[in-house]
Amino acid sequence: MLDTTPSQTVGPFFAFGLPFEGGGDVVPFGTPGAITLYGTVRDGAGAPVPDALLEFWQAGPDGRLPTRPGSLHRDGRSFTGFARVPTDRAGDYHLRTLRPAAPTGSPQAPHLAVTVFARGLLHHLFTRVYFPNHVDANAADPLLSALDDERRATLIAVPDGGPTGPGYRFDVRLQGPGETVFLDLSTHGLAQPPVATAETPA
Amino acid sequence: MSAPQQPATQREVSVEIAAAAAGPPLPGGHPDRAYSPYRSTALRAPQQPLVVSPPSLTELAAPVFGPRDVAPLDADLTRHHAGEPLGERIIVTGRVLDGDGRPVRNQLVEIWQANASGRYRHDGDQHPAPLDPNFTGGGRALTDDDGRYRFVTIRPGAYPWRNHHNAWRPAHIHFSLFGTAFTQRLVTQMYFPGDPLFGLDPIFQSVTDEKAQQRLVAAYDHDVTRSEWALGYSWDIVLDGAHATPPDTDDGDRD
Repeated sequence: MLDTTPSQTVGPFFAFGLPFEGGGDVVPFGTPGAITLYGTVRDGAGAPVPDALLEFWQAGPDGRLPTRPGSLHRDGRSFTGFARVPTDRAGDYHLRTLRPAAPTGSPQAPHLAVTVFARGLLHHLFTRVYFPNHVDANAADPLLSALDDERRATLIAVPDGGPTGPGYRFDVRLQGPGETVFLDLSTHGLAQPPVATAETPA
Repeated sequence: MSAPQQPATQREVSVEIAAAAAGPPLPGGHPDRAYSPYRSTALRAPQQPLVVSPPSLTELAAPVFGPRDVAPLDADLTRHHAGEPLGERIIVTGRVLDGDGRPVRNQLVEIWQANASGRYRHDGDQHPAPLDPNFTGGGRALTDDDGRYRFVTIRPGAYPWRNHHNAWRPAHIHFSLFGTAFTQRLVTQMYFPGDPLFGLDPIFQSVTDEKAQQRLVAAYDHDVTRSEWALGYSWDIVLDGAHATPPDTDDGDRD
């Protein structure tokens, strides 16, 4: 095994390097079934985080993960499965996408994979967006079913008629009350119940 | 809101850096997110332990990028404007590998950096150093079949920041990497060899293991240097994170 290159913070000045035109448009405007997924990123004091960057990666409504190149250059018709959105001055982000289905053979309920970057985060954070509609699948999901009610709720988007159509709110709390569940995905596919990791000492 | 505090001195921060370095390093040499010498971590590092979860099929796949996303000129940051930027022209190249040493092929590498004066093209950068009309500082490249990327840029300057009194960042280039799985996502910074600011910088020192620190530092490489044109630096990047072993069945066109 080669030794890993360590992580460093994304810093405050990524705006001219990482965000791209249409970064929140996983599907074009007007796509049937499109939803707005939006929310606010907050810090441990509850203050909005205006310099976070979120990435989302997901299967489509058919449960397929996109394999066509082209995630940075939006062609105005394709579902790309990938979004990259910076938060604005109010700590808000939003993207337009389709609700995913679970890939075939997936033990998990349908979800979006999320990465959170920010100044002050020395290493990005992984989390997931689940949807409340999938009651049975969520109940069987290995991650959700191992969490208590309060923590599980941080991973489930809240339906809320958005400004541009059906909306789901997914807030990210980096620290403190209602802290979002963040994931250690470093295990190599071993089925084991979620447990606390020693990576971040309390 | 908390009351304004007197900024710490470098000496005080250096004491904290030394204390943090005494603990055992985290797996992979990654920083502890709750690293107090870097003040912005205080309200942004989660307090709850991460929840260990096997990666999902979604997380074991990754976004796909191609020639439509990245133009050849995107990797030459000295040619994004009408004129040549000021500063020392450099070539930065290396390979993106997974933990097993396999090249990460045809995947996106993005960089962004300050100009030669240590100034970012960003409204939030108040450092009184000149912007360069011929330098923006963002670049993109796709790795080749060997996992290799190559950028032409200018060497960025060191710059002050407000973490503590008289705080300066060592010169660095920000890198963003994707692997074959979303779990391998990495954002990091590449540094230049022999920088006298390494010992003083809380972000560099947040990687507490000295060997791991060295994995953030590029090597001067005379084989990369181009005669009468640009100095060369080599920097390989190794991604961790769970990933599926690439299937052998549908890639018979590989050697």
